[in-house]
Amino acid sequence: MIQTFAFYLFAVLMIASAVMVITARNPVHSVLWLILAFFNAAGLMVLVGAEFIAMLLVIVYVGAVAVLFLFVVMMLDIDVAAMRAGFMKNFPLGIAIALILLAELVLGIGAYQAGAIDLGTAAASDAPAMVESNTAAIGALLYSKYIFLFEIAGIILLVAMIGAIVLTHRPSKSKRGQQDIGKQVRRNPDEATVMKQPEVGKGVEL
Amino acid sequence: MDYAASLHLTAAEIGLSVVALVLLLVTAWTGAKAVRGVTIAAVAALFGALIFSVSLPNGGVPAEAFGGLLRVDGFALFAKTLIYLATIACLIVAPRYFEGRGGYRGEYAVLLLFNAVGMGIMVSAVDLMALYVGLELSSLSSYVLASFARKDEKSSEAGLKYFILGGLASGIILYGVSLVYGFSGTTSYDGIRAAFTADFATGAMFGVVFVLAGMAFKIAAVPFHMWTPDVYEGAPTPVTAFFASAPKVAAVAMMVRMVTSPFGGQVEAWQQIVIFAALASIVVGALGAIGQQNLKRLLAYSSINNVGFILIGLAAATAAGISGVLVYLFIYVFMTIGSFVALLMLRDADGQPLATFDDISGLATRSPALAWCLLALMFSLAGIPPLFGFWGKFVVFQAAVQADMIALAAIGIAASVIGAFYYIKFVKVMFFDEAKGEAPAKAPVSHWVVLGLCVLIVSPLGYLLTPWLGTAADAAAQALFLGA
Repeated sequence: MIQTFAFYLFAVLMIASAVMVITARNPVHSVLWLILAFFNAAGLMVLVGAEFIAMLLVIVYVGAVAVLFLFVVMMLDIDVAAMRAGFMKNFPLGIAIALILLAELVLGIGAYQAGAIDLGTAAASDAPAMVESNTAAIGALLYSKYIFLFEIAGIILLVAMIGAIVLTHRPSKSKRGQQDIGKQVRRNPDEATVMKQPEVGKGVEL
Repeated sequence: MDYAASLHLTAAEIGLSVVALVLLLVTAWTGAKAVRGVTIAAVAALFGALIFSVSLPNGGVPAEAFGGLLRVDGFALFAKTLIYLATIACLIVAPRYFEGRGGYRGEYAVLLLFNAVGMGIMVSAVDLMALYVGLELSSLSSYVLASFARKDEKSSEAGLKYFILGGLASGIILYGVSLVYGFSGTTSYDGIRAAFTADFATGAMFGVVFVLAGMAFKIAAVPFHMWTPDVYEGAPTPVTAFFASAPKVAAVAMMVRMVTSPFGGQVEAWQQIVIFAALASIVVGALGAIGQQNLKRLLAYSSINNVGFILIGLAAATAAGISGVLVYLFIYVFMTIGSFVALLMLRDADGQPLATFDDISGLATRSPALAWCLLALMFSLAGIPPLFGFWGKFVVFQAAVQADMIALAAIGIAASVIGAFYYIKFVKVMFFDEAKGEAPAKAPVSHWVVLGLCVLIVSPLGYLLTPWLGTAADAAAQALFLGA
């Protein structure tokens, strides 16, 4: 009972916020609605017992991707309202295409269920029934059998970071010159100052 | 799973990664001061990995690391040797090129090292996941390398194009991989082979086609070649030399292992695709190069053309064909690196590259040594008999004829005659056209050493290598067919 209630709550909220993402006038609000949609999706995942995916949704999508979107939207200053001006005009066309895709999907699945399309059969999973939580199961595989791939994935991310820095980082040079405190402290009077006794009527050569 | 044995088998990759990480820190702290040292250390690390890989005690016997993710066998070792050699060459010639543009940084060496790690994984992967991480590691560092000369607009454009199209190809491969996994229920090559032998469904066929299409992109085979001329032209020349050699060897090796091991029981499913890609690459490579004025674009088409010949060996789907592919790859790497290093040395006193046919007209009188080296390389690429390039084409066509693919071999030979046109045009412009402009600036000794070695190998002296090369390639090809 409580599960059914939770399901409809999450599902309704998610669809509603997804609609708000594309209808909100202000792009920043859109991203905030998107975050709400992700949260509700995470709730649905918890309901079906995939708590690891729920955590990923919150950490990766809400934590990283959506915040990144937010920064991009705020920094790029795109006039999304102008971009969306044609939305209502193209709305019927969009709906038509969506309906066609839906019909194809239904027909395809129906034909497959009826046995008209031979896609072969997937090999049956012979994995033993899960006793521990799926987070523990994924962790146990990831850090033992697939440790090598896990480490290489880490190096891939490092390469992406090196790439971003190599291609964009420029040594900063302020116009007023740079203050190097260590250099200033290391100066000593013998090297930094010169004593001169200029004769009258003659210049000084420094 | 025996971790000690696994670590020993992958010690070359692990060692290269550790060296790359250390060099990355050194570069971050010392900046431009230590680039020379970093480059030398990277070359030394690659030599170390090369010697280690060759001297692995069980070089001939396939051994699996990490519970069947990677397989170290003769095939992987042959490919890795070529990859490390090509990477070393591209590392040696790079600093001088970037110096003039004020852009040489230690990260170039670091990225090449990571790229070598990725390629090593690609050629020894016997699991779809291992294959994909290796491929991504290699591709991602390649994208950055393509736009390494960031002040150069063309280089940035090349990087962006390569990134977007490469990402698309990775996506296509992943889609295929997911279908293959879905229909076989496993990601291990042996498991897929067993599952497909039992039941090869239409959906699995789609998976095979997608995987092959993505891989055709990575090796720049027609009809997925359109990025090649732009990227090769825009990328800095040492990077282009790298793209045309090491990653191409890795991608071809990856494709060969893919079609012979997991799809090895379904030859008819992929053979037509490979035959089409081979013929189309040869023809497009030969015809596309004819109108080119820019030398780098010309060599890009030449590499497309060569991929076609390599695929002819693969299309034969026999051990002899795979052995031919490996022999061809070996010769191709030296021809390509030699040609690009020669292009690198063609620069005027201001350091501007001599990039078009007009710039090199009459080169024989201005810089005879360079012109004669280029002559040997071009004749070898064209497959003119006394030179070693002929041998590569010969073994590939021989394998095709033995596999009863006489029509394929005949069309290939006809197209290679068309291809000879622009290689000979290269020579004609250098030797028989009127000399214009002054002599190219003096090139550093390191360039001459690399060029000299390449020319030595493609020269008729290279035939001294054939007994050794043939044995090694046969052993490597046999390693793939052991499980069959």
